[in-house]
Amino acid sequence: MAAKQLRCRECATEYPLEARYVCSRCFGPLEVKYDHQTTADIGEVRRRIQGGPQNIWRYHDFLPLEGPQPQTRTGLPAGCTPLIRADRLAERLGLREVWVKNDAANPTHSFKDRVVSVAATRARELGFDTLACASTGNLANSVAAHGAALGMDSYVLIPADLEEQKQLATAIYGTNLVKVRGNYDDVNRLCTELSGDRENWAFVNINMRPYYAEGSKTVAFEIAEQLGWEMPDRCVVPIASGSLYTKIAKGFQEFVEVGLLDGDIPIMNGAQALGCSPVAAAFEQGKDACRPVKPDTIAKSLAIGNPADGPYALDLARATGGSIDSVTDQEIRDGIRLLAETTGIFTETAGGVTTAVLAKLAARGDIGKDERVALIITGEGLKTLDAVRDSFSAYEVDANIDSFEAAFAEQGVSV
Amino acid sequence: MSVTVKIPTQLRDLAGGATQVQAEGSTVGEALESVFAEHGELRDRLYQEDGDLRRFVNVYLSGEDIRFLDGLQTAVPAGASLTILPAVAGG
Repeated sequence: MAAKQLRCRECATEYPLEARYVCSRCFGPLEVKYDHQTTADIGEVRRRIQGGPQNIWRYHDFLPLEGPQPQTRTGLPAGCTPLIRADRLAERLGLREVWVKNDAANPTHSFKDRVVSVAATRARELGFDTLACASTGNLANSVAAHGAALGMDSYVLIPADLEEQKQLATAIYGTNLVKVRGNYDDVNRLCTELSGDRENWAFVNINMRPYYAEGSKTVAFEIAEQLGWEMPDRCVVPIASGSLYTKIAKGFQEFVEVGLLDGDIPIMNGAQALGCSPVAAAFEQGKDACRPVKPDTIAKSLAIGNPADGPYALDLARATGGSIDSVTDQEIRDGIRLLAETTGIFTETAGGVTTAVLAKLAARGDIGKDERVALIITGEGLKTLDAVRDSFSAYEVDANIDSFEAAFAEQGVSV
Repeated sequence: MSVTVKIPTQLRDLAGGATQVQAEGSTVGEALESVFAEHGELRDRLYQEDGDLRRFVNVYLSGEDIRFLDGLQTAVPAGASLTILPAVAGG
């Protein structure tokens, strides 16, 4: 494989490609490093990708797996989600060109299937028989489903107050669902402690985190391929831990480095909910690290008060000329509705955050007239129904034409 | 005052293999100093050169991140438990 080692992002200490996520010298995060062939015929590299399966394994050469390309009709293949040109959304916001990457169209309806596919496959290569995770909901769905698909036991730890839809869509797969009395950061602390003592468990976002995080690069790979091997000028991406946001940039960068793409990576805009906005606050204050917060927002899938990749997200926003913004719960609801009304895509609260931040950037005049913008929609509206409850009205009628017409006449509407 | 300090897996070889050690002190900082007095190599792993905690080290007092309290100056009651953990997990 092209992956060569794990390397600490802080002090550059190198480690073999094992189940290890933190540098034992400085506690910095470990990241997968590759040795890609830069002399290869680019046309051949593109054909090899395009001839691959309709899922993330078409990018197998850019993922940290040892074995041959995983069987593509087994397990729970993720990715190859639609990239839709959203002209009505663009027009509403006064923008030229907006593309929506709809990652709700994954097996468990969120981008988490990408990261879990890579982590679970690597976990099997390393000999693990059990998957586990700390989750704000979408990851819980995905780990439980991958455990079922791959025949691995799973333990899924979530905050006890998580949306009912996300609990149901986890438990149905037959996992060990553990509701922790506390917020996500409490769940994460517990899992970090557990992972030290459960050596045969692959915690996808703890001891498998370097591999897991690589799965997010496939969002960038797909966008570039779907745009005909070009990059958007700007990406708007939600931030919880900051892993997706930073890895999308890494994905574009890797394709530039091997010659698959030309130019600078996109301007990267991060999106947070005001009720949990440690990265947006640090960005605004000009700081290079985040002060943790206690989350209080309807966007529970983004409710990480102590974001692991916060410092790197801040670096990335500044290096690309982007920003990290936050929006209120009402703006999140409005964002969900705006996306639904203009694209036909019903997203969860995280997508509401991302759409609302796009609207904010447009209103602020941050987006140039000629820009091509990609909006990353990470999850499905049916998982957070409470966010939109009571936000619309319906006509209730008897089953006859008089009643039907009377109902509209009452509202002064002619049909 | 005696405090229990839980050592993360990654640092146990520098603490003689112990999963937890007893420390003395009335603040988090003092308690950690007393651990360093026994196990000197731990200081460099946890602290930056300016004497503050490294940015990817989390310390919890009875489950609460000390950054929500008074940091290294946080008072520790006798019998309390401090937990040191890497910060890069999750997401």
